[in-house]
Amino acid sequence: MKVTDKDVAYVAELANLELTEEERAGMLRDLNSILEYIDRLNELDTSDVPPMAQVSDRYGVDVSKQGSARFAYASREDILEGLRKSLPHEEALANAPDADEDFFRVPKVIER
Amino acid sequence: MDLKSLTIDAARTAVQERKTTALALAEAHFARIKREDGQIGAFLTLSKERALEQADRIDRMAAEGKTLPPLGGVPVGIKDVMSTRGVRTTAGSKILENYIPPYDCTAVARMEAAGAVVLGKMNCDEFAMGSSNENSAYHPVRNPRDLSRVPGGSSGGSAAAVAADMAVVTLGSDTGGSIRQPASFCGVVGLMSTYGRVSRYGLIAFASSLDHIGPLAKTVKDAAIVLRTIAGRDPMDSTSADVPVPDYVAALDRPVRGMKLGVAKEYFGEGLDDEVTLAVETAIDKLKGLGCEIVPVSLPHTPYAIPTYYLIATAEASSNLARYDGVRYSRRARGVKTLSEMYRRSRDEGFGAEVKRRIMLGTYALSAGYYDAYYLKAQKVRTLLTQDFDEAFRKVDAIVTPTSPTAAFRLGEKSNDPLAMYLADIYTVTADLAGIPGISVPCGETKEKLPIGLQILGKHFDEATILRVAHAYEQA
Repeated sequence: MKVTDKDVAYVAELANLELTEEERAGMLRDLNSILEYIDRLNELDTSDVPPMAQVSDRYGVDVSKQGSARFAYASREDILEGLRKSLPHEEALANAPDADEDFFRVPKVIER
Repeated sequence: MDLKSLTIDAARTAVQERKTTALALAEAHFARIKREDGQIGAFLTLSKERALEQADRIDRMAAEGKTLPPLGGVPVGIKDVMSTRGVRTTAGSKILENYIPPYDCTAVARMEAAGAVVLGKMNCDEFAMGSSNENSAYHPVRNPRDLSRVPGGSSGGSAAAVAADMAVVTLGSDTGGSIRQPASFCGVVGLMSTYGRVSRYGLIAFASSLDHIGPLAKTVKDAAIVLRTIAGRDPMDSTSADVPVPDYVAALDRPVRGMKLGVAKEYFGEGLDDEVTLAVETAIDKLKGLGCEIVPVSLPHTPYAIPTYYLIATAEASSNLARYDGVRYSRRARGVKTLSEMYRRSRDEGFGAEVKRRIMLGTYALSAGYYDAYYLKAQKVRTLLTQDFDEAFRKVDAIVTPTSPTAAFRLGEKSNDPLAMYLADIYTVTADLAGIPGISVPCGETKEKLPIGLQILGKHFDEATILRVAHAYEQA
């Protein structure tokens, strides 16, 4: 077993999940079974392999440049009006479970 | 009107020539949905008002003798992970049960600008996480070919609606196979283009480096028309590529004679159903008969694709789904006293089992002490998987494989075994990881009359070639 009860509780806290006792037991079983399968990646020697975070640094970019300069096409000026206006207050608040005219309302934040 | 044979061109031409109206087409589809969808479950929300307004606009154009745009009057469905202004968008999750987006997804806006009539939002696995559509928080979708079986996932509603003639085409999304696998299970065409080919703006994020929007259609030509409509740079998505969009439709009829098609033994190994093997081998013979040269290629890292995928996709998902906190949108638990209790209980109540499982796995893979062993390791293997394809594509123009190792399985068959479910994506996740395009076309049936899919994978930004091969196969 790679993952323990304690790990499940810790990771749930990191993920802002609580989980019932039953869910935690299921999670322990599933995570261990999935991670056991995932362990086959260790059969590969990747010490000299660069990590790949995305595929989009290969096409449509300026290949003569490095780093963010490659993606010059993707940047644009900040525009207040034009491409997309900011949402009006009432629209931005319309999907909130709790709000007044100006703000999202949440339970008090003083104690964790 | 016979909806069965209704393609994009047939629908548009009928409206243009005033043989029918966009309104009548929309009504005919709504009537069929009412009759059929009770047992299939493909739609989550109907957008009648929006559909009828658009239909009216198209009909007025036709009446004035104006040339209709390419999708003029064509009834379509949109997977419920794409934002639609004013129309409820749930991502198949209870946590977004009442979410009404204030803006449109770029792909949806482009479909409507091209004249499409949006009938409604298609059921899917919650946050597109699943391979059977059983993870929808609302109800499962059933396969129109056999109601005891799943339609595949996560774009199960999008595939089933096309298969059951409840929409001419639909948009789905593909992160690990979610367009191609359901297309294969339901006997329709499903196209995932190159990463960055289609803007993701307004697509509810699952795994940002893997998410794609694409069509499910009755024919390859229809898939090509939709891709031509939705592809291209969008300033609202910085990952949408600045690469010109060719005319995919015009390229369809170019001959495939002399084309080199790769076949990789890694896609014909353990776990592949005998009937699927036979159907795919027969399809490959047919392509050979059309003058294609079949070339053996090797994609040696294929057995590592599923573990790589489930680390990268879940890590990205755990980050993307942190936004559902019960504050700005999304449901909030009742009776909570503190902020952290509100976060935890809202998420506990709002997310389903598979979503929680993936958030947990992804959070674990990114957590201190495990990042190098899991997430970084997976990113490195992703490089190896991509290099496999680079190498193979030096020798061939496209690669042909089965889309899924089996035909549609039964509801409940894999729902208690997450790992068994993950393996349903074994032949599709590789293309998402490498960012290359792939299409699934129907290639026969099992003895039980269940559809089988042939997958054709192509080079980055070379959708034209896979569409051409798929079209040649379909027409032969």
